[in-house]
Amino acid sequence: MEGLTLSDAEQKYYSDLFSYCDSESTKKVAAHGRVLELFRAAQLPSDVVHQIMELCGATRLGYFGRSQFYIALKLVAVAQSGFPLRVESINTVKDLPLPRFVASKNEQESRHAASYSSDSENQGSYSGVIPPPPGRGQVKKGSTSHDTVQPRTSADQQEPVSPVVSPQQSPPTSPHTWRKHSRHPSGGNSERPLAGPGPFWSPFGEAQSGSSAGDAVWSGHSPPPPQENWVSFADTPPTSTLLTMHPASVQDQTTVRTVASATTANEIRRQSSSYDDPWKITDEQRQYYVNQFKTIQPDLNGFIPGSAAKEFFTKSKLPILELSHIWELSDFDKDGALTLDEFCAAFHLVVARKNGYDLPEKLPESLMPKLIDLEDSADVGDQPGEVGYSGSPAEAPPSKSPSMPSLNQTWPELNQSSEDTAIVHPVPIRMTPSKIHMQEMELKRTGSDHTNPTSPLLVKTSDLSEETKINSSVKFASGNTVDGYSSSDSFTSDPEQIGNNVTRQRSHSGMSPDNTAPPPPPPRPQPSHSRSSSLDMNRTFSVTTGQQQAGVVAQPPAVPPRPQPSQAPGPVVHRPVDADGLITHTSTSPQQIPEQPNFADFSQFEVFAASNVNEEQDDEAEKHAEVLPVEKASDPASSLRVAKTDSKIEEKTAASAPANVSKGTTPLAPPPKPVRRRLKSEDELRPEVDEHTQKTGVLAAVLASQPSIPRSVGKDKKAIQASIRRNKETNTVLARLNSELQQQLKDVLEERISLEVQLEQLRPFSHL
Amino acid sequence: MGWILVASAAVILFLQNYPLYIRSVPTENELKFHYMVHTSLDVVDEKISAMGKALVDQRELYLGLLYPTEDYKVYGYVTNSKVKFVMVVDSSNTALRDNEIRSMFRKLHNSYTDVMCNPFYNPGDRIQSRAFDGMVTSMMIQVC
Repeated sequence: MEGLTLSDAEQKYYSDLFSYCDSESTKKVAAHGRVLELFRAAQLPSDVVHQIMELCGATRLGYFGRSQFYIALKLVAVAQSGFPLRVESINTVKDLPLPRFVASKNEQESRHAASYSSDSENQGSYSGVIPPPPGRGQVKKGSTSHDTVQPRTSADQQEPVSPVVSPQQSPPTSPHTWRKHSRHPSGGNSERPLAGPGPFWSPFGEAQSGSSAGDAVWSGHSPPPPQENWVSFADTPPTSTLLTMHPASVQDQTTVRTVASATTANEIRRQSSSYDDPWKITDEQRQYYVNQFKTIQPDLNGFIPGSAAKEFFTKSKLPILELSHIWELSDFDKDGALTLDEFCAAFHLVVARKNGYDLPEKLPESLMPKLIDLEDSADVGDQPGEVGYSGSPAEAPPSKSPSMPSLNQTWPELNQSSEDTAIVHPVPIRMTPSKIHMQEMELKRTGSDHTNPTSPLLVKTSDLSEETKINSSVKFASGNTVDGYSSSDSFTSDPEQIGNNVTRQRSHSGMSPDNTAPPPPPPRPQPSHSRSSSLDMNRTFSVTTGQQQAGVVAQPPAVPPRPQPSQAPGPVVHRPVDADGLITHTSTSPQQIPEQPNFADFSQFEVFAASNVNEEQDDEAEKHAEVLPVEKASDPASSLRVAKTDSKIEEKTAASAPANVSKGTTPLAPPPKPVRRRLKSEDELRPEVDEHTQKTGVLAAVLASQPSIPRSVGKDKKAIQASIRRNKETNTVLARLNSELQQQLKDVLEERISLEVQLEQLRPFSHL
Repeated sequence: MGWILVASAAVILFLQNYPLYIRSVPTENELKFHYMVHTSLDVVDEKISAMGKALVDQRELYLGLLYPTEDYKVYGYVTNSKVKFVMVVDSSNTALRDNEIRSMFRKLHNSYTDVMCNPFYNPGDRIQSRAFDGMVTSMMIQVC
């Protein structure tokens, strides 16, 4: 036998094949049997096969020793490459591709060849050959691969027969072959994770020093150029997957070692694939998926609609049932559309399935789409449940909206809840003050510091606005009056309308429970609000008659025209400050919707309400109570109470609200404008208010100023904008005031608690 | 209109009066459950028509106890798209409260909408979603 120099890849490949054929592990292969099948699979004419056998000496020996086998394989490669069969050719022909074998067993071989080949260029063609994961369901195929794998592993580990040579070209890859292979694998692989091939090859790699080259080859493979043919696509990704697994696994020494150590193919199978690894998407695959995604949806942040995805994945020729299951797994948010992450997960699952891997029952961790928004929204969604929001804003969690600040999560919910069914007012981003408000309320109760949702609250979300519309105030009603104050705190943190709105809402909602306001309609501070008066606000206002909120209600609500609040002031004023600190969200909301002239009223109203709320301060608790269902009216009122807002109209409403609103929680329901107003008034008022009295003074001031605001909302934009600004200022003032009051309240509560404790200690027997 | 029959035994989902999904535990009385469900379909239709205007309110979707018989109770639920869910439970299962039934129907409804969201699912096909199966199984385990 002439000396045979084999490249590393060849070495590995041949070892594999030899092991495969050497089922009896006798280190020699009978001329018949597997070897013949192998050679037949090489698709060479039989006379060529005979020639090869003759050349390698098998005919002489009557069997294939390892060297003969290797020579034979090399000759097969030579023959397949079209070179004349000569003994010298085995060594003279350089860059000979690995022999190609078709058919199941050959698949394995070709896969091996593929794996061994270090040629990265053949990636495209490589797709055709996918190194079969060891023990990849080979059983079905006759466990040829299995055997091959097993012996190969051992064989490889035992001896690197040939010196390691630099990586050779990659084995010829033929998509056609691949397809066949893919068929086989699918038949064979039961649970072989995609990682299988990787680890499998790694042992070989390790066996040879030049294994890294093989890895290179693997890594070199990238998804085949996109082809229309789905199958090709499928082939490529899996191939790349497998390929990449190889280098990855090799690099991942642990995996490799694990695999290598496996004595049985089963072990190899199991160990080589930790469940997560197979499902891990490599960079190449990811890139491939992204490219595919782009062909359907150029915007990477967009969605692929269900129908388009259906067509795309149907091309993979997987059964509909499996595609359906894949969809279920990958559509994480169940919205009938696929984001990029979801699409990649789905594609990866399809690829895996095509390679024979069973689909998991649950989406693997590595395929989980990173939907931060979803999580946030989920949190938000949860909160509504907690808070009991009735409405669900359009921006509800289901939408992949950016997550709101943690605190804000409550906000969104608040917004949601605040969305009062009645009020359609599109409240601008609104931090769901409700949540924060609720938290504050709780804090107050416990005497712990409430987390003022300062900035986060303010952060806002469009959801907030919605919430403001609604009954977040209602929710808050259950909260404490204190909450109303806390919401005002949040206001302070961020004078932004949104924040204000949110806080207002929250406070409003907090108050709502106390208020008579029924959950559904957001407390609309201004029943008389000119804005689409049809809004419930009017209704709510009427409902709340007798409360300041009622007056407040009259002001705000849906109708944007700022003047509304001014109208309300009258009734609002009347309201006794006992209104719970419902911060009229309305005031915030108006502010948040500056662009809507209609909402001008609301903002004014809210401001008014806020100012009213400030006045109310005397009693945190009661303030909250009255959340007007009317929403804004109460909110502004409460907010007013909390913070001395000098907001104009809103103050008026706030004034009315104060009675109801404790802290100036503004009902979310009222249109943003009123809310905004409130915020403004709060802001304006807040700085001035330190004491309750002060606040009242401020509120009064605010109230006073409010009337000055003409109800010109509808008149012209300038007036509206001016009123918006005013409301904003008021809102911030009120928010600040609110926070201060909250703080005071907390201190007082703490004192109370300590005193109670002391009392208990002093009277140990008195408790019964 | 789909039907879903859930019983401490059976879950049948019907669409336009032909079943979309049937699941029963234990399985031996399935035929009997089918019969019960079909009869209860009439009751459901009756209730629907009695409603008059469109059932938009979630509460109205839940039809409540359709009728009790000697050893089983039938609950109904209809979606806005006239998919009917029918649940048959053993009368011996006294632990089941109305709220629980409601929540079960709600879960069924949610799972059903998830199935509908799947573009590979053609409305009218038998439901073969594993997630749906899993949900129903967990529900029934809880019931019986």
